[in-house]
Amino acid sequence: MQTTDGSREAKARQERELAGLDALDMPLRPRIARAARIWAGLWPKLAAAGILLAIWQGIVLTGWRPSYVLPGPVEVFERLASDVTARDLPLAVAITMRRAAIGFGIALAVGMLIGLALVGSRTLRTAGASLITGLQTMPSIAWFPLAILIFGLSEPAILFVVVLGAAPAIANGLIAGVDTIPRSLLRVGRVLGARRFKKYRFVVLPAALPGFVGGLKQGWAFAWRSLMAGELLVIIGTQPSIGARLQFARELSDAPALLSMMLVILAIGIGIDGLLFGTLEAFVRRRWGLGVRS
Amino acid sequence: MTAPIATALAGAGPLRGPLAISISNLSKSYGPPGNRVLALRDISLEVRRGEFHCLVGASGCGKSTLLSLIVGLERTKVGKIRLQGRPTLMFQESALFPWLTARGNVELALRLAGARKATWRAEADRLLALVRLTGFEHKLPHELSGGMRQRVALARALAQRADILLMDEPFGSLDAMTRDLLHDELEQLWAETGPTVVFVTHDVREAVRLGDQVTVLTSRPGRVAAVFEVNLPRPRLVGSADVAALTEEVTDRLRAEVRRHADD
Repeated sequence: MQTTDGSREAKARQERELAGLDALDMPLRPRIARAARIWAGLWPKLAAAGILLAIWQGIVLTGWRPSYVLPGPVEVFERLASDVTARDLPLAVAITMRRAAIGFGIALAVGMLIGLALVGSRTLRTAGASLITGLQTMPSIAWFPLAILIFGLSEPAILFVVVLGAAPAIANGLIAGVDTIPRSLLRVGRVLGARRFKKYRFVVLPAALPGFVGGLKQGWAFAWRSLMAGELLVIIGTQPSIGARLQFARELSDAPALLSMMLVILAIGIGIDGLLFGTLEAFVRRRWGLGVRS
Repeated sequence: MTAPIATALAGAGPLRGPLAISISNLSKSYGPPGNRVLALRDISLEVRRGEFHCLVGASGCGKSTLLSLIVGLERTKVGKIRLQGRPTLMFQESALFPWLTARGNVELALRLAGARKATWRAEADRLLALVRLTGFEHKLPHELSGGMRQRVALARALAQRADILLMDEPFGSLDAMTRDLLHDELEQLWAETGPTVVFVTHDVREAVRLGDQVTVLTSRPGRVAAVFEVNLPRPRLVGSADVAALTEEVTDRLRAEVRRHADD
């Protein structure tokens, strides 16, 4: 009886020691208030925007160009405010964003398929990798004459170029993501019996995500640039869009409208990058424990 | 090549059961033709079912290569490996999937092993309790300490219900105190669940503490230099005279092996 008590005691002591070591070894992470964190990320951006506006206003004040060619920020923002409250700007933004979403969606599917095909086969990769990088460096606007020839001045012509602009970056991002997967994770996957489809579903794709997010961001940047180029060239009468408004403003020499559209383009580009992809990136980094002391 | 101390303390061990692993004349080399490096040369080794077998050797003895060959991560071209039962391998670094929680990692192993979906969660929690991680099921790997991560990896390996558990320096990166405690935990788990264990380490004391047999490997290329039987009663205290004496004997053998490479 005594020995059982003794060994039980020893076992309890051992468990307590293990729990104690666990508690001591757990990585400590200081908690920062949410508001403070958001503010810390926000104020430098606001400050940078303020400085840019000040420079803009400064240039206008020098009288370098007459105000009907280069209006100041106040005039442009007033114009923007009145455009936003009118119905046609929101409609134009909606149509442009729909094109962006569809184009990026197709580019995502195409880019991932190509990326996975290249990752899975050494021969395909040797053949395809430099071609994809070549496609990526090709200015998307150079595709438009061909796109217009094939599809006419139509929605598919715009989407065609958006997909060609974004898909290579997404494919390259996926390849880069897969290339940076720690070898140990792939070996564990094999030991656990993840083969073929399961290997990609449970190991390769999630493990590639931190690297892949960069490709997604880049893909979005290319998609947005291609879309703007496309909307400037391919203007469809019944479909108002941000690019079409920019083009009309230039034709009518309406400088405040032109600059306000440029601000909209900039804001959407930054907004999607930060809100959508920035959030995704932050989530992945947090979840994966990247950049966290462990 | 059995050590005198070990035979003096011989008792009923698992060293008479049927074979779980039988390796004969195994060699393995790497590199391009003409410039091949021999990692393992003519290894022959037998491990009985339920045995705790430790492999010790200095750097470059091909310990990890040997485990990779046994588990099938690398192809055997020269020699033969026969296994009775399914093997699994636990890595030196826990290699947990960083995007899954402790529970998620174990559940994925269950899922890939073909366990019924309804059982995943309860079984994962049971295995985590077995390695004393109740309350940490929802933690991500980077939120756990090194010792805890290795225990999750152990739970994940157990989830595969493998008959043969290969462990590649699983406690190599842990501090001495954690390692001592995990030795006790591992020994209890092994006694309760009864797999055949092949445990690779460069720490002779650890090998003598845990093993039924300790095989010393040479380096470059790896060959079997000596096999010691450890017939000391369990649980063994690292500080005890018997363990210390055998540790010294095995260490001497290992040192002699390392000295041979002084002029390399």
